[in-house]
Amino acid sequence: MAPVGDFDLEYAAAPESTAPVRLASQYGLFVGGEMVEPAAGRLAPTVNPATGEALAEVSVADAADVDRAVAAARTAWEGGWRDLPGAERAKYLYRVARLLQERAREFAVLETIDGGKPIRESRDLDIPLAAAHFFHYAGWADKLDYAFSGRRAAPLGVAAQVIPWNFPLLMAAWKLAPALACGNTAVLKPAPTTPLTALLLAEVLRDAELPPGVVNIITGDDAAGAALVAHPGVDKVAFTGSTEVGRAIAAEMAGTGKRLTLELGGKAANIVFDDAALDQVTEGIVNGIYFNGGQVCCAGSRLLVQETVADTVVGKLQRRMDTLRVGDPLDKNTDIGAINSQAQLDRITELVASGVAEGAELYTPECVLPERGFFHAPALFTNVSTAHRIAQEEIFGPVLSVLTFRTAEEAVDKANNTPYGLSAGIWTEKGSRILWMADRMQAGVVWANTFNRFDPASPFGGYRESGYGREGGRAGLLPYVELVA
Amino acid sequence: MTDLLAIETPTGAADAVAGVRITPVDAVGLEQRAAALCTRSIKTSSKAAALDLAIRVMDLTTLEGADTPERVEALCTRARHPDAVDWSVPSVAAVCVYPELVPVAAEALAHSAVAVASVAGGFPAGLAPLEARLAEVAWAVAAGADEVDIVLNRSAFLSGRYQKAYDEIAGAKQACGSAHLKVILETGELGSYDQIRRASMLAMVAGADFIKTSTGKIGTSATPAVALCMAEAIRDMAEQTGRSVGLKLAGGIRTAKQAWHYLVIVGETLGPGWLTPERFRLGASSLLNDVLMQRAKLRDGRYQRREDYSVD
Repeated sequence: MAPVGDFDLEYAAAPESTAPVRLASQYGLFVGGEMVEPAAGRLAPTVNPATGEALAEVSVADAADVDRAVAAARTAWEGGWRDLPGAERAKYLYRVARLLQERAREFAVLETIDGGKPIRESRDLDIPLAAAHFFHYAGWADKLDYAFSGRRAAPLGVAAQVIPWNFPLLMAAWKLAPALACGNTAVLKPAPTTPLTALLLAEVLRDAELPPGVVNIITGDDAAGAALVAHPGVDKVAFTGSTEVGRAIAAEMAGTGKRLTLELGGKAANIVFDDAALDQVTEGIVNGIYFNGGQVCCAGSRLLVQETVADTVVGKLQRRMDTLRVGDPLDKNTDIGAINSQAQLDRITELVASGVAEGAELYTPECVLPERGFFHAPALFTNVSTAHRIAQEEIFGPVLSVLTFRTAEEAVDKANNTPYGLSAGIWTEKGSRILWMADRMQAGVVWANTFNRFDPASPFGGYRESGYGREGGRAGLLPYVELVA
Repeated sequence: MTDLLAIETPTGAADAVAGVRITPVDAVGLEQRAAALCTRSIKTSSKAAALDLAIRVMDLTTLEGADTPERVEALCTRARHPDAVDWSVPSVAAVCVYPELVPVAAEALAHSAVAVASVAGGFPAGLAPLEARLAEVAWAVAAGADEVDIVLNRSAFLSGRYQKAYDEIAGAKQACGSAHLKVILETGELGSYDQIRRASMLAMVAGADFIKTSTGKIGTSATPAVALCMAEAIRDMAEQTGRSVGLKLAGGIRTAKQAWHYLVIVGETLGPGWLTPERFRLGASSLLNDVLMQRAKLRDGRYQRREDYSVD
């Protein structure tokens, strides 16, 4: 029984000001260096998921718009970008990176109101990391001849890039920076629910005086994305999103000669051994699954904890969950913001209900959710079996399933028992065990004694149904170059 | 993890020691969490209460070779009424002095809510003969100390002689009688968070009523990460044995903002039950004036001059 103190710590509502953001009521498409109206004139609202209110109307591109954008990218590529010396391309990328830093606050606020993620995350992670990616690849632009020993890296042409809604600007940076550094031009399509930071990025690209058509940004629905990747004028397709859509794209690409990279779903295991630093483990698990409300493809959604410390760890976790603050994403004290859309919230709710129905035990802290907007309390399932849907399917929400193991071999088996293979976490104080485990993890990223850490120099990507190709670092150049003798 | 199992304890206490598990600490994760907690912002209406709490948990301290009875008397006056003109300001928790000045403080604080705390046990190194150290503890208590701050024998602890370190603390606890025992770990000398966690557990199982960061006599003292590390040890102790041990942070705490950060760290880690003078202290000398200035700023909307506050 916790003793009762005589002082209650109350945090201030500390909302970040939305003053730096100037929203237009309508947005066009960014094609050939200009904002243009969509051919069919179709518009769709984008909504603030924390309130459910529409923020602005954005264009819905159709096949004709895709044609225009791809043609602009082709013209820009043939018209000079592909022949520009690397050092010259780097200058543009450095400029973009610096402009992103200068306007970081504006980007962070916009990311939060359009996507629902806590301002703490957009401010401290999304935007700085997006800028860091441009800096990183600016550095590669003039060193491509030395990146792959004995071989020259030639650009591919026009890259079609379709990105998800969970890290809108960051994913745009992950896609655009290496493509441009390698001498390609691009047509980028942001997700339907989070187009605004990509459109603000268009402004930055213009301010950076990037040659017209080198980057084109078209907004729209899934049909626009499908038209883009299927377009015959595209040389390379990069997609980040669901496994289902990724599979369809892969089928369609077959035999076209287009290069393809896919970054898809995940069901990562966070594996805790009994010798680990359990208090930091607790923080790491929380960061692994409740970061961005669990709407992260590499989220540590399956906790595998060694039997001997399972009760201790679950106890610590529940206690920590009680202090998580769910609510207004613009509040600097908020830990868990809004779920990106009603559709996503419905999916999370449905999977949580399935967990309860299949016999797992649900823990969720008492917290008052805002009346408006799309919110879901952090959830923890114990008594989970590997056969349960919540242990198999990607939930993409703040829902953690706890499983136990006895031996390291069993941990490896359970961790790899998923069609996915994007990431894994290993928590132990024993260095040799980290290496032993990492060797056996079928996952593209393995974190040791931490989780959800990203760096532009570190490659990111998946195994099996989590996709193929790497983003970040030198490995992230490969999807955008042809190696020639 | 099991190194405390080797410690022999008087009958009855053995289980308490053997049952306590010491968890390792990951430095990177610990420091990240501590830094994150330091970005919390406290509600304005809560701020006034937080400042008052910072005063109520303060051990107003003077530990100089040049201390005089007059200086201690002046400190005691401030302890009872920190703001000479605003008597709504609560009194501090304790005045902390060297043993020889305990009688002076005891007399000056008689009939007040302010406790007399004394360092003892060969402060600050703890390397006097054990008999002399225990005698000093007993002497301070007899002279009127309600609380005694001793130091962990770092020489014994760091060389792995845990039994010796444990026995000395247990002996001091006995010498304290009914007085409260605070054990200073001198975290700046322990070398790692793992060691700080281990020393915290050792001091707690040996009978410490409070564990304390620093003497204030070396360069490195309380930091947010050290405070978090010790708070997590206290939380483990409470979870594993049901005993609530207090936390005292000392050394280098000079601003109200730092005090807030520590309130947040303790409040979020241990819960509101620890935000009381019975379980939480801030050992400081110059902190009081900054807290008073911030308090006046909240009240009047403007800052006072530094000259308006006494320096001692």
